[in-house]
Amino acid sequence: MSDVKAQESAAKQDFRTPVGRARGLGSGKSGTGHFWWQRVTAIALVPLVAWLLGTLVSLVGADLDTVRITLAKPWNAILFSLFLLAMFWHAKLGLQVVIEDYVHERAVEITLQLLVTLACVVGALASLYAIGRIAFLA
Amino acid sequence: MANRERPLSPHLQVYRWQITMVMSILHRTSGIVLSVGAFALAWWLLAVAQGGEAYARAAACLASPFGLLVLAGFSLALVFHLLNGLRHLSWDIGWGFEIPDVYRSGYAVAALTVVLTAAIWFVALRGSA
Repeated sequence: MSDVKAQESAAKQDFRTPVGRARGLGSGKSGTGHFWWQRVTAIALVPLVAWLLGTLVSLVGADLDTVRITLAKPWNAILFSLFLLAMFWHAKLGLQVVIEDYVHERAVEITLQLLVTLACVVGALASLYAIGRIAFLA
Repeated sequence: MANRERPLSPHLQVYRWQITMVMSILHRTSGIVLSVGAFALAWWLLAVAQGGEAYARAAACLASPFGLLVLAGFSLALVFHLLNGLRHLSWDIGWGFEIPDVYRSGYAVAALTVVLTAAIWFVALRGSA
C-alpha cells in the first residue's frame, strides 16, 4: 500500500525523462535561454548606451574627418562594436516576443520571425563592417 | 461549443488607464521604434564609412526638419527604454516590486525621461551652434 503511494507521488512530482531533466530545456526546447540573454544584453547595453549617447552628442556639427577619426579610436571602435552586437541581439529577442504575442497566423508568424532574424543579422554585420572600414582606413 | 468571436488579449478597452500599463505598453512601443532606429544607425555608419556623396546626403537628411523630428523620437524612445529597462531589471532582482513602489518608479521614469532627453538636446544643440 505505501509502496503504491510512494510510486504515485513520485510520478506526480516529475513526468520528465532523466535526460530531459538533465538538459533542463523544457517543452519549448530553449529553456531559460531567451530570458537570460535578454537580461545579459540589457545589462551590457546600460553603460554602452550611455557611452553611445555621449559620443554621438559630441559629434553633432562635426565634419566627416572628425567623425571618422573619433570612431576610429581603438576604444570607440571596440565599444561601438560591442554596442552593435548587444543591441541587434537584444532587438531580435524583443521583436521575437512581440511577434509571438500578437501574430496568431502561424505562416505569417514564422515568416516574420525569419525576416526579423535575417534583418538583425544583416544590420549587425553591415554596421560592424562599417566600423571596421572606418577604423582601419581612417 | 460556442463559436462566436471572442475578444482576444490584449483587450485594453475594459481597463481604466493607469501608469503601470502605460509604461508597459510604451516599453514595447519604444523597443519597436528603437529596432527601426538600429537600422537608421547602420545606414549612418555605412554613410560615414563610404564618405563623399553618401555622407553628405545622410548628413543633410539628418539635419532636415523631418530628420531632426525622427532623431528627437529616437532619442526619446532610447532614454525611456533605458530608464524603464533599469526599472524592469530592478524587478528581476526583487527590488521595488510592491505596488506603491511600482507606481512611484513609473512616474519617476516618466519625469526623468523628459528631463534627460531635454538635457541631451540642450547639450547637442549648444555644441553645434
